[in-house]
Amino acid sequence: YLYIFRALDEERNTKYKAAVKIQRWFRACRVTAYLRHLSKMAILIQKWWRGYLRRKHFREIVERAYFIKKLKFYNEMAVRIQKLWRGYCVRKYIHNFYALKKYLKAVSVNNELVRSELQEYAEMKENEEKMKDLEKNEKKEKYQARKMHYLLSTEQIPGIYNSPFRKSPDPMELLLRKSKPLPHRKQQVKSPFADELYDWPTCKKPPAFITALPLLPADRQKPQGPFRDPAEVLRQRYKPLEPTLRVRESMYSPPAKAREATPRDEWRSPIHDNEFLPFSSYHKKYEKYEPSLFKSGKYGQEAYGTKYFREVYPKKWIADKDFETQFSSIVLFEKFGKTYSSTGKIV
Amino acid sequence: NSGVVGLLKPLLLDVIPSIRQTTALALGRLADNDAELADAIVEKRILPQLIRSLPEESRYYKKATAFVLRAVAKHSPQLAQAVVECGALEMLVICLEDFDPGVKEGATWAFGYIARHNPELSQAVVDAGAVPLLVLCIQEPEIALKRIAASTLSDISKHSPELAQTVVDAGAIAHLVQMISNPDAKLKRQVLSALSQIAKHSVDLAELVVEAEIFPVVLTCLKDSDENVKKNGATLIREIAKHTPELSQLTVNSGGVAAVVDCIGSCKGTVRLPGIMTLGYVAAHSEDLSMAVIVSKGIPPLCVCLLEEQEDHIKAAAAWALGQIGRHTAEHARHVAVANVLPTLLDIFVDTRSSEDLKTKATLKNILQKCTYLPALEPLLHEAPPSIMKHIIGQFSKVLPHDSKARRLFVTSGGLKKVQEIKAEAGSLLQEYIHTINNCYPEEIVR
Repeated sequence: YLYIFRALDEERNTKYKAAVKIQRWFRACRVTAYLRHLSKMAILIQKWWRGYLRRKHFREIVERAYFIKKLKFYNEMAVRIQKLWRGYCVRKYIHNFYALKKYLKAVSVNNELVRSELQEYAEMKENEEKMKDLEKNEKKEKYQARKMHYLLSTEQIPGIYNSPFRKSPDPMELLLRKSKPLPHRKQQVKSPFADELYDWPTCKKPPAFITALPLLPADRQKPQGPFRDPAEVLRQRYKPLEPTLRVRESMYSPPAKAREATPRDEWRSPIHDNEFLPFSSYHKKYEKYEPSLFKSGKYGQEAYGTKYFREVYPKKWIADKDFETQFSSIVLFEKFGKTYSSTGKIV
Repeated sequence: NSGVVGLLKPLLLDVIPSIRQTTALALGRLADNDAELADAIVEKRILPQLIRSLPEESRYYKKATAFVLRAVAKHSPQLAQAVVECGALEMLVICLEDFDPGVKEGATWAFGYIARHNPELSQAVVDAGAVPLLVLCIQEPEIALKRIAASTLSDISKHSPELAQTVVDAGAIAHLVQMISNPDAKLKRQVLSALSQIAKHSVDLAELVVEAEIFPVVLTCLKDSDENVKKNGATLIREIAKHTPELSQLTVNSGGVAAVVDCIGSCKGTVRLPGIMTLGYVAAHSEDLSMAVIVSKGIPPLCVCLLEEQEDHIKAAAAWALGQIGRHTAEHARHVAVANVLPTLLDIFVDTRSSEDLKTKATLKNILQKCTYLPALEPLLHEAPPSIMKHIIGQFSKVLPHDSKARRLFVTSGGLKKVQEIKAEAGSLLQEYIHTINNCYPEEIVR
């Protein structure tokens, strides 16, 4: 029995398992078919929905795409124009090659000019210096000739520079002939301008620490009388000049120039014409009568105006007689030349 | 040191004026020669006594006092400060208003020495109202006074733009410019230095100086027989040209570059330095100006300078100027290379002197980056150290792919062999350049 029940059991198991398998399979098929159906439906719905949306916004999208395309095209064209223009502009104005070449040529020409001018200037300066040196040498030589004028050759004795064995005299000889001998050496006056730059002439500085007069010969006759202390005398003698402000300043400083203006005004419009009283010989020189040209005749003073007053031309008379005075003229004028004697004549 | 100053102090109060004068003169001479004595003078408070009775004294005393003040102030800024603090400036201004030219000269000199040390002292001098009086001094007929006044104005204006502006406002520029044509060499020196100190601070000041019509006149100064006049003239042109391209343009248009080039050619030593710097500044502003410098034959004197000069800073300046000329475009670099300067520059660089290194390295790099003139680059290939080598190889790699004749030349002159010998790390720029060069040639030649 055990073996039969076991076999029946096993059979029953296998049949059970097969049935489960089949049922499982079938249920799976059903589920998958259902899922497939579902997904198909979902896809369908989505398809329709998306199509609908897109169709709704289609116009916008197309417009946008068109706009972007247009923009890109315009940008490209604009870039092309800008490229051409910028190239042209830069080549013509900013990096203008030909202008640069011209400019550089101009610069080199200008440089040549400047160099030549500077060269001339330098040469001129050199010439000036040479001339200065030459002049200095000439001056020296002339001074030497003047100093040594005694070396000139005379009729009897040929001088040093005029040796008889030479064909012609030395140039020094010619210089000697031309030059004037130096005058006697004057007292060496120490120029007051030698000390400081533009000093006014001052007294010499006082001799330091001297309180006594210099020693005189012992046997001279001492002058009589009470005399002042020599130190005092020296101090007064050598007191340094303290010039007034007006003397101290130089002629060219602004205050001096400003002061110059007033004398000029005074020159122009003086109040007194004769500022100075005349000297004794003043009338001889300045107060001589000078006759006017109007009245001075060929050989001296004209007689008209002093000797006679009216011209008389008898040849031009119509009748024979002169004018007659009908009535007396002014009494005072009758006495002219008659009341007092002129030189040599008795009235 | 044996208490001389203490002994002299009571003599200052003596009755007789000549003793006072002589004492002041003695003090001045002592202070002039020795800084310690000047210190002693300041400590013993002699200066207030000297100054106290100044307005009533004679001009000899004033001159001697000015001499003392100047001798004390010249040694150091602290002494100058002490001079200022005891109220010397007002007295010196009174001296400046005096009529005697010698007194004015002494006062001006004292002002110059005080203002020289630092900007505060210059400001003190300006605040005392000295500048208009100095400008009046310049117009005086005596040449010594003009000289000293010009040098004082130069000392005042060198410290800061405001001080320079004050000097300009007093109307100094017109008078200074008039004096450039004066035949006296020392006067010209001082006037040019004053103008260059004014012009160096800012564009406006430089323009003011230029508007006073210096340009053709300054060029004659460059031909003067005195070296210092030439130097100061070149300095003035440099200060003007360095500010803006327009001012450089102005100098070029008036022929300034030619004059400067001639000046460099005719001088030796430090006198050349401002001229070299002028060329460098002009060329640095733009490529047109740099071309103008090349056209005015600027490169040969610079090469001569590099070769001849012993001093470091002049060589560095010449190298810098060449770099500025050559760095703009290939044309400029070609002009520089044609003049055969590059080997010289390389030699200087390799020679390891201290301060030049930076400058020469910069110039070589600048010029090499634009240089396409291969015959000049080849000799460098053989001698260059690695840092320069990469630039050279870079240039070769840029030119060789396009130019067949140059390729042939490169091979025949042994350049390709040299390139192969260079070892470079993989992935570095140098390696890439070498690759580019190798790619120009067929395989057999490379091996």
